[in-house]
Order: sequence, then C-alpha cells, then structure tokens
Amino acid sequence: MSAQTAPLSRFPRKRVTPARAARSEWIKLISLRSSWITFAASVAAVIGLGVLISYVTNNNWAHLDPQERLAFDPVGRSLAGINLAQLAIGVLGVLIVTGEYTTGMIRSSLMAVPRRLPVLAGKVVVFAAATFVLMLASAFIAFLLGQQALGTHGTSLGAPGALRAVIGVSLYLTVIAVFAVGLGFILRSTAGGIATLFGLLLVVPGLGRLLPTTWQPHVLPYLPSNAGAGVYSVHTEPGMLSTWTGFAVLCAWAVAALLVGALLLRRRDA
Amino acid sequence: MIEARGLTKRYGDKVAVDGLSFTVRPGVVTGFLGPNGAGKSTTMRMILGLDRPSAGSVTVNGRHYAELQAPLHEVGALLEARAVHTSRSAYNHLRALAATHGISRARVDEVIDLVGLTDVARKRAGGFSLGMGQRLGIATALLGDPPTVVLDEPVNGLDPEGIRWVRDLLKGLAAEGRTVFVSSHLMSEMALTAEHVIVVGRGRLIADTSVEEIIREASANAVLVRSPGAAQLRTALAGPDVTVSSTEADVLHVTGLSAAQIGDTARGMGIALHELTPERASLEEAFMTMTRDDVEYHGHLSAEAPVLEGERA
Repeated sequence: MSAQTAPLSRFPRKRVTPARAARSEWIKLISLRSSWITFAASVAAVIGLGVLISYVTNNNWAHLDPQERLAFDPVGRSLAGINLAQLAIGVLGVLIVTGEYTTGMIRSSLMAVPRRLPVLAGKVVVFAAATFVLMLASAFIAFLLGQQALGTHGTSLGAPGALRAVIGVSLYLTVIAVFAVGLGFILRSTAGGIATLFGLLLVVPGLGRLLPTTWQPHVLPYLPSNAGAGVYSVHTEPGMLSTWTGFAVLCAWAVAALLVGALLLRRRDA
Repeated sequence: MIEARGLTKRYGDKVAVDGLSFTVRPGVVTGFLGPNGAGKSTTMRMILGLDRPSAGSVTVNGRHYAELQAPLHEVGALLEARAVHTSRSAYNHLRALAATHGISRARVDEVIDLVGLTDVARKRAGGFSLGMGQRLGIATALLGDPPTVVLDEPVNGLDPEGIRWVRDLLKGLAAEGRTVFVSSHLMSEMALTAEHVIVVGRGRLIADTSVEEIIREASANAVLVRSPGAAQLRTALAGPDVTVSSTEADVLHVTGLSAAQIGDTARGMGIALHELTPERASLEEAFMTMTRDDVEYHGHLSAEAPVLEGERA
C-alpha cells in the first residue's frame, strides 16, 4: 500500500479536461504535413478558382447569350471555389480521424483520454474552428478579388445577400468539416470515409434526379449539399429549401453523423 | 496494483481470455507469459480500457481504467501493436499526449533523452526502426511518471544492448516501488527480468507464482544418470511412479526418484555411476511443459491448431 501511494512524481499532476484534450487535438492537427497541404488546397480552391472563374467570365462577357446574362450572379461566380474546397476540407476531416485508426495512434489517444468523448469533441472543435477562420478569410478575399476581376460586372459586399453568402461559404464548409469527422468515427477507414462523403455530396444528388418526379421534392432538397447550398448563395434554387431551413438540415446531417460516431466510439473496442 | 477478476473476452464464439483472475503487485517485475495467441495482448488492452471485457473486470489501483482522472499519471503503457501516427515526429507525438494532462515540454524532452531518441525526435516516427519505435513507446509509457507500467513485449526488435537497457529499466522501476507488468513469449528474457510470473495458455491461467517456484516444480525429480551399467540399472529402478528414458546407451533420464535414491540403488547393486545430476529445467522448458499440458487438455475440446504454433495477433 505504502509503495504504490508514495509520491513518485517531481511535477504537479493535472487531470484530463476537455480543454486539455482539445489542446492535444490542436497539436495533432498542426503537426501533420497533410493538414497544411489540405488546408492550403482548400484556400487555393476558394480564392484561386473564384478569381479565375470571375476573370474568365469578364473576358467572355461579349460572348454570353442573353439568357446567361440574365441569370448572371457575380457573388456566386466569385465564390464558385467552394465546390472544390468542400472536397479538400471533407478529406481532411475524415483523415484526422481515420489516420489515427490506420496507424494505431487512436490507442494512444484513448489511453490518454479513456473517457473517449473528449477526443471526439476536441477534434470537432479544433478542426471546425480552424476551418471556419481560414475559410472565412479565404471567402472574403475570393469575393473582393473576384469582384475586381469581374470589372464593371462586379458587385459589392453591400449588395443584397452578398455578405451573408460570403460568410455562408465558411459556415457551409465548417459544417461539412464536422460531418466528415463524424463519418470518420463511424467508418474508421480512410477509403470508406472519403467514398461515403464524396458519394453523399456529389453522386447521390445526381442519382436523386433519376427518381420519379413526384418523389424528388421529398428527397433532393434534403441531401446535404443541396440543403446547404442556400447559405452561400444569394438566390436559392427553385424547389430547394429556404436559406436557413436548408442550413439547419445540413447541420442535422452533421449532428447525426457525430452522434452515431460518438456512440460507436464509446461502445467499440479500439 | 492491477487486479483482474474473472476477466473474459469473447470474439464471437472464440474465447480469447477465459476467466482470468490475478493480482500484479508493486515492487517487483511481474512477467506475463504465454505463447502467441494466449490472450496476453487482449488482457493488456482490457487493463488499459481499450477493449471491453465480455465478463469479469480488471482494475488499476482499485479503479477501472476509464474512471481514472489522470490515466497517464497512473498507468504507463506500451502496446505490442504500434500506437503512433507514422507521419508525426516523435517529439510532437509525445507533446500531443502530454497536452492531455498539461505535462510540460521539459518532461517531454526528459523522456526523449531517457530513451535515447534525442537525435531523431524531430523525424517522422514512420521512418523509425522497430527498436526506435519500441523506445518511443517506452518514452510514451514513462511520460506521466506513472506508478504502474504495463508493457507488451517491450524487447521486441531491440538489439542486445537495448534488451539489457529495458531489463535494467524495468528492474529499476520495480525497485522504486512501482508495479511493473511485462508480457513476453521469450521465457529466457523473463527469467532474467521478472521475479514473479503469470502464465497463460489459451486465455486461461496456468500459473501465478515466482520464477523460482516454476523452475523448481517443473524440474522436480528429473535426474540424469550416466553409467556403464545403464541397462542393468534401468531394470532395477523400474517402479510404478518411475519413468526412465534413454537417449544414449549409457545415459538414463529418470523421473520419480531422487538422485539419492538412484545413487543408493546403484551402490546396492554394485553399479558404477559416472554422473548423477538433478536436472534443473530452464524457465523455457518449464514453460513448454506447462503449456503443453494446456494444449493437450484443450486438444479434445477444440479442433484449433496447437497454441505453440498459432501466430495469432
């Protein structure tokens, strides 16, 4: 009894807290090269693609047919990079979880934080915060440079819905980030996680259009990428949910993935 | 102090750990012996809260691992399977784990230095040799300066100098009053490191005793006899509880009789003895004897391959 209770340590012993678990996750996130590369890719996608598309549009303005000019949306053009950025952010979200499972790191993580849920919470908070800040800055830059590139066809942040759409880019990508982390905890495999995420974001909406037309209104607006599109667009597409209802549906997807992931994390052997 | 009570783990209809009960006490190195696939790693994962027992329980210092407020300060662990992200440096790996307990960078540097990884601490852990990986694992285990250490096959992949280093480290930790629980399938290594051993086969407890005791029991009554009159002596020694085998014409291996009894018999018959040696089994042999029984015992209950050949991870 005396042997094992005798103080062996020369430094203060602090207990595990959610904040410390989050700090650990932050160190994990920034100490992997893949995080930097993927974040850089998503920044490049939002800014680079937005500016490029704006520039090309302006240069080809004379060749646009009247129909196109009528539907022209300068805000949307400058933020078009979000379609690519969501894939980069999604891959990273899956990877920060499945990378631990494929390497065995998860065992170290769970031995340090045996209650487990702070590991999930830490990953979500840290990755979502990093995504939000980085993508918010990127979206503003993309918008401002994009409007420059559109020349006389550009608009300003003061235009109706423009500011909300710019912030919406960051909101949408942040929720996608959380969704991806949830999928990672559910599937625990990089290939499975990425395939599922891409399938839901890219493939399923296309397949949904093959459904009987009477079914489509009950399915298509509720798919994550369709539901979330309103928040980063000035105008919602016909047949889709209103901006904030749609965003709430997207959030529900992320929360559901996270809850299932949390439940499985608690239950399964590591 | 680690206490397992009726600890059981089933995977489907396969029983990996079958009602294990044992206590690992502080102050000595306790070896956890068993052939590959005997359930050692599974038991250790249950101690560390990674696997959930199907039945029974295991506690560390009286509490379930998952209930520990500061687990790295209570238990340090090295798992046989690597538990490090291959793309992260050793330094950042330790720093991330340290952060969960608010452990300082100074302590991280200290354990890196302790295991001799200072030169490669900033390099990707994926490029580490098996031995360097084991050293990083030991650094991880010692990070929180825990009173209990659980190490799964710590000498795996180490060179002789590294093995010696681990051996001294473990003895040193035990001498400081810590609980040291080390698994191995290398009996010779355990004979040099451990004082106490818990032996398992097929997930069941075979022995929970001191190293001394195991060797004494296993080598009981085995005597080597070398004599020019071996054939004659063999007949004379025959009895209900005595077995005699022979590998050479003038050599007998006798069990069931003491050296003194054999010597007296020989003298009574006027047979010269050139050698009369009580055979002291190595821990290796003792272990083989014990687990062989276990395999035979299970042989008619299950059609699986013998444990000694099974390389189940």
